[in-house]
Amino acid sequence: MDNKEYLNAQRAEAWREALRKSKPNKDRIGIARVAMNELAPDYRITCNEEVNQGLNRKQALLEASRCLDCPEPLCTTGCPVGINIPKFIKNIERGEILEAARTLKETSALPAVCGRVCPQEKQCESKCFYLQKLKKEPVAIGYLERFAADYERESGQISVPEIPQRNGIKIAVVGSGPAGLSFAGDMIKKGYAVTVFEALHEIGGVLKYGIPEFRLPNSIVDVEIDNLRKMGVEFVTDCIIGKTLSYDDLHEMGFKGIFAASGAGLPRFMNIPGENLIGVMSSNEYLTRVNLMRAADPEADTPVLPGRKVAIIGGGNTAMDSVRTARRLGAERAIIVYRRSEEEMPARIEEVKHAKEEGIEFMTLHNPIEYIGDEKGHVTRMRLQKMTLGEPDASGRRSPVPIPGAIVEIDVDMVIVSVGVSPNPLIPNTFKGLTISPKGTIVVDESSMRSDLPDLYAGGDIVRGGATVILAMGDGRRAASAMDAQFHR
Amino acid sequence: MNKIVNKEYFSANVVKLEVEAPLIARARKAGHFVIVRTGEKGERIPLTITSADVERGTITLVIQAVGKSTRKLCALEAGDYITDVVGPLGKATHIEKFGTVVCCGGGVGVAPLLPIVEAMKKAGNKVITVLAARTKELIILEEQMRQHSDEVIIMTDDGSYGRKGLVTNGVEEVINREKVDLCVTIGPAVMMKFVALLTKKYDLPTIASLNTIMVDGTGMCGACRVTVGGKTKFVCVDGPEFDAHQVDFDEMLMRLSSYKGIE
Repeated sequence: MDNKEYLNAQRAEAWREALRKSKPNKDRIGIARVAMNELAPDYRITCNEEVNQGLNRKQALLEASRCLDCPEPLCTTGCPVGINIPKFIKNIERGEILEAARTLKETSALPAVCGRVCPQEKQCESKCFYLQKLKKEPVAIGYLERFAADYERESGQISVPEIPQRNGIKIAVVGSGPAGLSFAGDMIKKGYAVTVFEALHEIGGVLKYGIPEFRLPNSIVDVEIDNLRKMGVEFVTDCIIGKTLSYDDLHEMGFKGIFAASGAGLPRFMNIPGENLIGVMSSNEYLTRVNLMRAADPEADTPVLPGRKVAIIGGGNTAMDSVRTARRLGAERAIIVYRRSEEEMPARIEEVKHAKEEGIEFMTLHNPIEYIGDEKGHVTRMRLQKMTLGEPDASGRRSPVPIPGAIVEIDVDMVIVSVGVSPNPLIPNTFKGLTISPKGTIVVDESSMRSDLPDLYAGGDIVRGGATVILAMGDGRRAASAMDAQFHR
Repeated sequence: MNKIVNKEYFSANVVKLEVEAPLIARARKAGHFVIVRTGEKGERIPLTITSADVERGTITLVIQAVGKSTRKLCALEAGDYITDVVGPLGKATHIEKFGTVVCCGGGVGVAPLLPIVEAMKKAGNKVITVLAARTKELIILEEQMRQHSDEVIIMTDDGSYGRKGLVTNGVEEVINREKVDLCVTIGPAVMMKFVALLTKKYDLPTIASLNTIMVDGTGMCGACRVTVGGKTKFVCVDGPEFDAHQVDFDEMLMRLSSYKGIE
């Protein structure tokens, strides 16, 4: 049965039909999209509590009733991990929330995470019938996903997907971020013996070191990881594949397949004067100190500089995470400096909105050209080149062009450079026989995620260079499916 | 969790820990380092591996108690566990037969120098080792160095042992005396800076092993960046060893003071 037949068969079930008939579509269409419950901005900048508070049951059931349970649900084509979206939403509508959560887990290893950090507005929700045909706001699929996952967790009745008889084939996963976890979840469900190797001391990769607590609490990530553990996935921390254990070591240990999901590596800098001054750092460093090493906790040994006038260079989600973190750690001025205009910003609209509510300043069409420091080497000022927009560039966005002579200076005591990362070099440098792109990514076949080493598949940022949690998870799923097919050939 | 199987004091503030880490012991080479974390709220700090025993499955670290994290580590006893030890990290030292190699170390920098001295000797080099410290009590690993060196020169600031003078005096003496093909230096950044200035004067190729601030140690955070030959490099993945004549030691010294007063 292909996916379309599966979706149709599920849709034809009696309860779904009855539910569709229970309310006329014109009533469904008349309901306004639910608004997320949020903490007030003046309160949330004083703490690290999660900004989005989720929907309550009443809100969720009403929102779920907006979904028309389309005969051809395009939303599912927008989901990189192929969640059966109408099925889980209709389960919410009929009040079977635990069943909705089980539906999510059929294809997603991390529903509570995805419900929080996925850019649904660019994926499932962008394909929604409401938006496409009715020119109305789409069904809040992301909010509903989060609701179902949270409900299940808080109910204490977390379901562990059924695991078939173990087939005894050992699979190694390199990295415990979203790609690795998604792959591990699928492979364990297919019966393999899965071990995940993590270089850091905590499991979760970017979900732990990168995304801040106020957007994705660590406790949520831990529950999802725990769920994988219950399913039989083994985790090994403090183990760097390519360093602690080599490719050959993995073979000697009996691993028959390897999935490399080693993620982002070296942070990019702009190579401008003063970039190595004290107080100038990458967003990876800043966020790792605060999130993974808990530097803001007075009990923690890892320090973080107390920035009061903080500039963040860049306009992506990581830049938003950094600037909002700086605000919470006491920055009086926390400024996004971005060389294009707000329209071209890659960050999620919700992140930009939240940032603005929290008093973040936006200096768009500005680009740093120099950092200036005091006699001890601490950054104190930065010079910015004003920009204008020219013709579209390779990314399809209008390119930033300097305005000759238009240079301004501002006072800063901390600068966080968030202009992207290169892939982690450890596997590309140590596994012989891989094809590595000029950007440093592992080259794979796009449909199977298989590399030039026949037993090595790869996905996430090590292949994409820099992507989202959900695209990484989609890679994990595709690789799992292809690797499984290879073993059955 | 890695068990400490043996602890030895070199001086009041310098200890040697032998730590269970069988995979690292097997994989490590001269020049490699590990990242160590002590306690659940501990900091990740880089430490160069002094030696390893593959059969016992242990590595040896020499630590000087200078800050909060190193003090915590030095306070651990045999039988205690280190929360995390991960590695081996960085690029291994490039070892070949160069001819005559001067290896000079200051303070606890002498510890990571030991495996390099050993490997250089094994590769057929004539190895002259210069050990320097403020005073006699702070000279460490002299015996082991003598085992693997053709000659050991000891320098102390106060003249309490060996000759009175700085590490650079010892190195310069050797350069003036015979043909030297390579210099390897490990120690405080300021010491390496002056060794580099000296050997540059004599056009003597010099390798310095840098110990910068790191967080993850695997090429992710960029805290360890240094300028080498005008370009930004990451000590954790591009190093830790670089051409000492190309390293901007003044910038490195400045960056090492990033968190002074905060810790």
